[in-house]
Amino acid sequence: MSTVATRAAFYTKDLSVYYGEKQAVKKIGMEFPDREVVALIGPSGCGKSTFLRSLNRMNDLIPGARIEGEVWINDQNICDPRTDVVQLRQQIGMVWQRPNPFHKSIYENIAFGARYHGIKDKKALDAIVEQALRKTALWDEVKDRLNQSALALSGGQQQRLCIARSVAVRPSILLMDEPASALDPVSTAKIEELIAELKKEYTIVIVTHNMHQAARVSDRTAFFFLGDLVEYDDTRTIFTNPSRKSTDDYISGRFG
Amino acid sequence: MNLPETRPSADPATPRNAPATAGAPAPKPAGKAAKHRLEEWRGQAFVYLCVLLLVVIIFSIVVFIASRGLTPFVSQGVSVKEMLFGLEWAPEADHPMFGALPFLFGSFSTSLLAAIIAAPLGICAALFMTEMMPKLGKTILQPAIELLAGIPSVVYGFVGLSVIVPFLRHTFPGQGVGIMAGAIVLSVMILPTITTIATDALRSLPAGLKEGSYALGATRWQTIARIILPTTLPALLTGVVLGIARAFGEALAVQMVIGNAPHIPHSLFESATTLTSIITLSMGNTTTGSLHNNALWSLALILLLMTFLFVFIVRMLERRSKHA
Ligand SMILES: Nc1ncnc2c1ncn2[C@@H]1O[C@H](COP(=O)(O)OP(=O)(O)O)[C@@H](O)[C@H]1O
Ligand SMILES: [Mg+2]
Repeated sequence: MSTVATRAAFYTKDLSVYYGEKQAVKKIGMEFPDREVVALIGPSGCGKSTFLRSLNRMNDLIPGARIEGEVWINDQNICDPRTDVVQLRQQIGMVWQRPNPFHKSIYENIAFGARYHGIKDKKALDAIVEQALRKTALWDEVKDRLNQSALALSGGQQQRLCIARSVAVRPSILLMDEPASALDPVSTAKIEELIAELKKEYTIVIVTHNMHQAARVSDRTAFFFLGDLVEYDDTRTIFTNPSRKSTDDYISGRFG
Repeated sequence: MNLPETRPSADPATPRNAPATAGAPAPKPAGKAAKHRLEEWRGQAFVYLCVLLLVVIIFSIVVFIASRGLTPFVSQGVSVKEMLFGLEWAPEADHPMFGALPFLFGSFSTSLLAAIIAAPLGICAALFMTEMMPKLGKTILQPAIELLAGIPSVVYGFVGLSVIVPFLRHTFPGQGVGIMAGAIVLSVMILPTITTIATDALRSLPAGLKEGSYALGATRWQTIARIILPTTLPALLTGVVLGIARAFGEALAVQMVIGNAPHIPHSLFESATTLTSIITLSMGNTTTGSLHNNALWSLALILLLMTFLFVFIVRMLERRSKHA
């Protein structure tokens, strides 16, 4: 593993995740440089989602899941049971493969997180909603129908709404689990553009099945295989000159 | 592998199938097709017959109740207004009176009060089983609640009469029997309905919604209050309405604890009565075709119409939950 940029926003150390007896993620140490996009690639079932979910303690919700090791964010080991997960998840937004807007209006979807965190003032909420929608390039598309149900939006718009919803609670990190794999090519392109835009402000970790997408959007790429981190390097290096044979095999489509 | 029935593979590159089924699919023997058609036809005919029978039965019941229940209004000089708003029920008097308002009041107040008691209990039980302790809920709470559904109503009435009525008599002014006693008994009886439907609704909530809420930093309680309950509200209400419908139609258990005095009570702990109680109590003492007997059918018709209303409300709620 090569050296990593200095301004590390966060990193993991010997991070393992178990489902019951089964170890899904094996002692992974990774640094995520500030305001860069890190892509996690690898065949399905190799632990990418599991690893991603352990970065904001979403594995807590899965009965039988257990974490060992450390995840450090701003000098705090979030695996420590005393960590306030509410505060933690405010710092780290998350987006899934299938857009999951709440069954509420567009406005309420965005205002939701802010309300959780105690913002009640209507003007402040309006501002947060507009800002989040502008950041995700949705504002022009929805500004006239903020009070309509979010479920009426297209899949791609719903996904950007979900990103906006995360952005609205002012995180510093965004986790994305195959955010475009359920979308059509045009929506996918929009999401990729958005990622390029968002990385000016946020550190982004994105799981993707699409090798081209990883190559297009990420600064660094990590190749996972059977729960191990096989190789982690600059995206260009990974795609042009990987140092491990299995990485090369995977990238050139020889398996997975 | 030589199955004449299998369709040729859609994928022309599949080498195994390619030579064998390159042309049109092998023609089926004509006899087989006819046999399949016959089988198909028999199955359909059977289903249609069952449905037809069902429709005929439902239709006859409705027509029968309606024809009996409308007779007092049509040809025996009772006014609808008297029945719905009259306070006196004296069908055998020289000058008979048919005011059913006290029964209506009794039926509505016991079932609504029962729902008010049972809804929070049932929904909390469902939340416990789905959100908090699924294991414990599945192994202990769910079977226990399902057991409640299997207890005969006479047993509920008996328990109510020997436990709840004395308790109410000692705790509150009054005889103990009455609307409150009826509502408490009914609330336990409708708990399984509400809980089961609420549990199904909560289980079928897309997992992504909850994750989405937690990922924004919501606590479990915030997630329940602001995402889970609002999203499943129509389904939860469906359970409550079905519970009310069940309570509205329950006769025996309520009749055992409500006191059966045909007037509107002044308190929840005073003897009252319901539509179903008055029907079961008076039925045996009337002769078919008499005004008294027909008036009881009018009460049955009211029960039927209420059931229609409940079904209608449930349909509306279901439509809402689909469009939400
Ligand atoms: N909730 C779960 N319970 C048990 N095992 C799980 C669970 N989720 C994932 N796994 C297992 O953990 C491994 C890694 O899964 P996952 O992180 O989803 O992989 P990926 O996202 O790379 O496809 C797989 O073998 C999968 O079967
Ligand atoms: Mg995955």
